[in-house]
Amino acid sequence: MTEFTSGTLTGKNLHLSFGHNHVLRGIDLHVEKGTTASVIGPSGSGKSTLLRVMNRLIEPDQGDILLDGRSVLKDNPDELRQRIGMVFQQFNLFPHKTVVDNVSLALRKLRKLPKDQAHAEALEQLDLVGLKHKADARPANLSGGQQQRVAIARALAMKPEVMFFDEATSALDPELVKGVLALMADLAKGGMTMVVVTHEMGFSRNVSDTVTFMDAGVVVESGPPEQIFTSPGTDRLKGFLSDVL
Amino acid sequence: MDLLDQLADTFFNWEEMAKVIPALLMVGLPNTLILAVTSGILGSLLGLLLAMMAISRNAGARWAARVYTDIFRGLPAILVILVIGIGLSPIAREITGNRNPYPLGILALTLIAAAYIGEIFRSGIQSVEKGQLEASRALGFSYGSSMRLVVVPQGIRRVLPALVNQFISLLKDSSLVFMLGLAASDREIFRIGNDAMANTGNLSPLVAAGIMYLILTVPLTHFVNFIDNRLRTGRPEKKEPDELAAPIGKGAQA
Repeated sequence: MTEFTSGTLTGKNLHLSFGHNHVLRGIDLHVEKGTTASVIGPSGSGKSTLLRVMNRLIEPDQGDILLDGRSVLKDNPDELRQRIGMVFQQFNLFPHKTVVDNVSLALRKLRKLPKDQAHAEALEQLDLVGLKHKADARPANLSGGQQQRVAIARALAMKPEVMFFDEATSALDPELVKGVLALMADLAKGGMTMVVVTHEMGFSRNVSDTVTFMDAGVVVESGPPEQIFTSPGTDRLKGFLSDVL
Repeated sequence: MDLLDQLADTFFNWEEMAKVIPALLMVGLPNTLILAVTSGILGSLLGLLLAMMAISRNAGARWAARVYTDIFRGLPAILVILVIGIGLSPIAREITGNRNPYPLGILALTLIAAAYIGEIFRSGIQSVEKGQLEASRALGFSYGSSMRLVVVPQGIRRVLPALVNQFISLLKDSSLVFMLGLAASDREIFRIGNDAMANTGNLSPLVAAGIMYLILTVPLTHFVNFIDNRLRTGRPEKKEPDELAAPIGKGAQA
C-alpha cells in the first residue's frame, strides 16, 4: 500500500440533538495520526451520527473538531470533507456512472484535474483495490464486496488525511466481508488515520490501536483493544461484549 | 345513398381529405411541433426550477413553488390559454410591438407544462436514495454540485416515461391555442382541420387532422413503453461468467 499524508483528528465534547432526542451527549474522540480508532456499541448508540458530525455532514450543536490541532468548525465544510474520506454501509456508489467515473468525478470537478489525468489516477486507485478490470462496468453489475472496494477507491482518490468507515461490511454477504476487511487492514498498516464504526469485533480487536465503546450517546469506555476486550471495566461494556462475542 | 355510404362520406371523404393534407403538412404540422417542442423545452426548464424550489430548505421557495403548481395544475388549460393570450396581449404589444398572439400561446402552454413537469421532476428527485446526496457531500461536493452531478440526473432518468407522457399531453393541448385567433400561417393541425371542416361542411378534414395527431402521439406512447421497460430491466450489459456473487442493488440502476 502507498503512504498517506494523514492527520490527527480530535472531537471534543460533541453534542447533538434532533428535537428532544439527545443523540450525542458530550463525545470526546482522539485519533492520533496514522492510527486506527474503532468505535463499537449497540445500534442507536450514536456511532454513525458521530462520524457524520466529525466531517460536518451534520453540524454539532456544541463542541469542537480539530484536524492536526486546529479547529475546523469555521472552515468551509465542503473543503473539510475533501480532507476526510467516508465509506458507507450501503456503498452509495453513483449508479448512473461507470466504476471509473465514480472514482474520477471528484478528481475532475473538485481537484480540477484534466479528464485524462483524472481517469488515469482513478484507474490507479482501482488497481490498488484490485478492480481495475471493472473500470467500465456499472456499479449494479458488481458484487457488494466489489462495490464497497470501489467506494473505498473513490474516497482514497481524493488523498484524504483521515478515512471514516461507517459499518462498511454490515450490508455484505458473509463471504465478501473478508476482502473488504483485508483492504481496510492494509490501509491501517499503510499509515492511514482511520475511524472505523464496526460490528466486526475481530477487526476492532486485531487492527485498531484504540477502541471506543459508545452507548446512548456517551463514550462509556475507551482504550487499547486488549484492555477493552479482555478486561472491560463497566457492566455496560461487559454486557455488550457478551451479547456480540 | 344508404346510411353506410353517408357515414363514409362524412368521415372519410378522400377528396376533402386530400385537399386539406398539404396545409396540414406544410402549415399545421410545423406549427404544432413548434408550439409543443418550444413549450416542452421551456416548460422543462421552468419545471426543473420549480422542482428545486419545492425541495429546497427555504420555506419561501417551497411555498412559491407550491402555490404556482396548485394554480396552473388546478386550472383548465383552455382557461389559462385564454387569460394569458388575451389578458397579456396589450402588454406584449407594448413591449414587442407585435400583435401576434402566437408567442403568448407558447407562454401559456409553457406555464401549464411547467406545473406538471415540476411535479414529475420533484417526485423523481425525491425518489433518489438519501445516501446518494450524502456520499456526494462526503466527497466534498457542495449541495448544489451534488444535486447537479449526482441526484438530479438520476431523478430525471427515473421519470423519463412520465416526462414523455407529459409531452404527449402538451402536443394535444397545443391545439387549444386556436382560441387566440391565429393568422393563417400560424395555424396548427387542429385549426386547419377545423377551418376546412367549417368551409366544406364535411368532417373528413378533421378526421385527417386526427390521424396527424395519432401519427405523432402513438409512436411516442410506444417510445414511453420502450424506455420504461429498459429502465426497469436495466440496460443490456455483458456480465462476466465468473461474477463473484449475484449483483445487488438491481433497482439502483435507473
